[in-house]
Amino acid sequence: MTPHSSPIVIIGGGHAGAQLCGALAEAGLGAQVHLVCEETPLPYHRPPLSKAYLKNPAETVQLHRAEAWYADAGITLHRGDAAVALDRAQHTVRLASGTVLPYAQLVLATGARARGLHGLPDGLANVAVLRNAADAERLRSQIGAAERITVLGGGFIGLEIAGTARALGKPVTVLESAPRLLGRSVSADIGDHVLQTHRAAGIDVRLGVAVGGFEVDAGRLQALHVDGERKTVDLQVLGIGAMPEETLARNAGLDCANGIVVDSLLRSSDPDILAIGDCCSFPLAGGDRHLRLESVQNANDQARTAAATLQGKEQPYAALPWFWSEQGALRLQMAGLMPAEGTRHRRPGATPASFSVLHYVGERLVCVESVNAPMDHLMSRKLLEAGKSPAPAAACDAATPLKSFV
Amino acid sequence: MPDISFIHPDGREEGLEAQDGVSLMQAASGVGVKGIVAECGGSGICATCHVYVDPAWVALLPQPGPDELAMLECTAAERRPGSRLACQIRITAALQGLVVHVPERQY
Repeated sequence: MTPHSSPIVIIGGGHAGAQLCGALAEAGLGAQVHLVCEETPLPYHRPPLSKAYLKNPAETVQLHRAEAWYADAGITLHRGDAAVALDRAQHTVRLASGTVLPYAQLVLATGARARGLHGLPDGLANVAVLRNAADAERLRSQIGAAERITVLGGGFIGLEIAGTARALGKPVTVLESAPRLLGRSVSADIGDHVLQTHRAAGIDVRLGVAVGGFEVDAGRLQALHVDGERKTVDLQVLGIGAMPEETLARNAGLDCANGIVVDSLLRSSDPDILAIGDCCSFPLAGGDRHLRLESVQNANDQARTAAATLQGKEQPYAALPWFWSEQGALRLQMAGLMPAEGTRHRRPGATPASFSVLHYVGERLVCVESVNAPMDHLMSRKLLEAGKSPAPAAACDAATPLKSFV
Repeated sequence: MPDISFIHPDGREEGLEAQDGVSLMQAASGVGVKGIVAECGGSGICATCHVYVDPAWVALLPQPGPDELAMLECTAAERRPGSRLACQIRITAALQGLVVHVPERQY
């Protein structure tokens, strides 16, 4: 077959889609690739959207690759054009513009969308979510004009926005229904440290609150009812999680269960269709369960696995998960998955605001969470990738660099 | 818009014209310089945009800050006197003719 007769169509221009373009171009397959982006901008880096971009009006989105790179690689871009339907029998994708793209292999890199507050109408002028550059641009001007900001949800996105808004000098309240911050994502030690740091920075963090209702009038959210008390709203940010964008897959009859279900080669229940990044639920290597991760690492590494699968090479996905979050002056970094049960050991850092929590299951090191300790994070990743488990007492001796165990 | 050269481990030279104000990492990844991975997109926390600044240029660049120095302890390829993170080097007109070498590996 000539390259053009076996097109690879990628749906979604986030980190996963962009990285897959890079890997396929490197393999000399660029001329077969069509990248379908619902958004108009070229694929860009998303992590800065809640930090540098939000803080500085002069900041522009940071592209993964310049436009000329795609042309040189032979990649066809479909920008500002959403995929609206898959026809698996015909092997085609229909776009909003009416364009019908044939595919030999299709990759769904559709990401995740922000969860809304149940019952709250869309399109309110003072309610914001943050998933993409358009959201960030809107939120940046909203924060600039806001007298005070309420963030619903003490997860990563909510706290990053809260940290940025506070650094801009705005009064910020964070409302979290759980008894601690980042409850599902980090250990209690880290959650406590994050709480203390945000409170010390002047953010009003309320834990264990119940939002019982809200008042909407004149296209604005006027008030929230928090623990039975009426709280007026100026700017309301929703940071209450994201859901996998699996509509196309579901409508096409692909297996979905909190994400598009894939095998270790990232193939969906239709072997000609792969799914990667935030939208997919993949089998945990060496485990007996499926997992969905929303992270840049997962998007990038799954794109590399998918590039291999698309070329007929079997390289099962087994990358070490890692993650980072910057919230004001806090830099959190995680490597590995936090175990449901295990022992925790604290490794001090160079300053009181810097430390790591090492998680062991038995004698095996499985996860390391670091606060303002980027070196220890990187060395932890090397240890975890190599399957090395220094004894807790040795690994928690701050005088010994983790590097010495790698 | 200074001209910058990347020398690959096999000796191949790749030139590009960088825009003032962006980082050396952004200039390189924009045109897809192979070997500049930049996993974290310029947050200075992954050490996968490691470059060796040519000896003739090392002293002419602003010196690395403490965070960058810590990250340079963690590079996949050996650290050398000219080691820098490309995301921490800001492009200015003064960098016309800059030469950097791409390491063998980034992770």
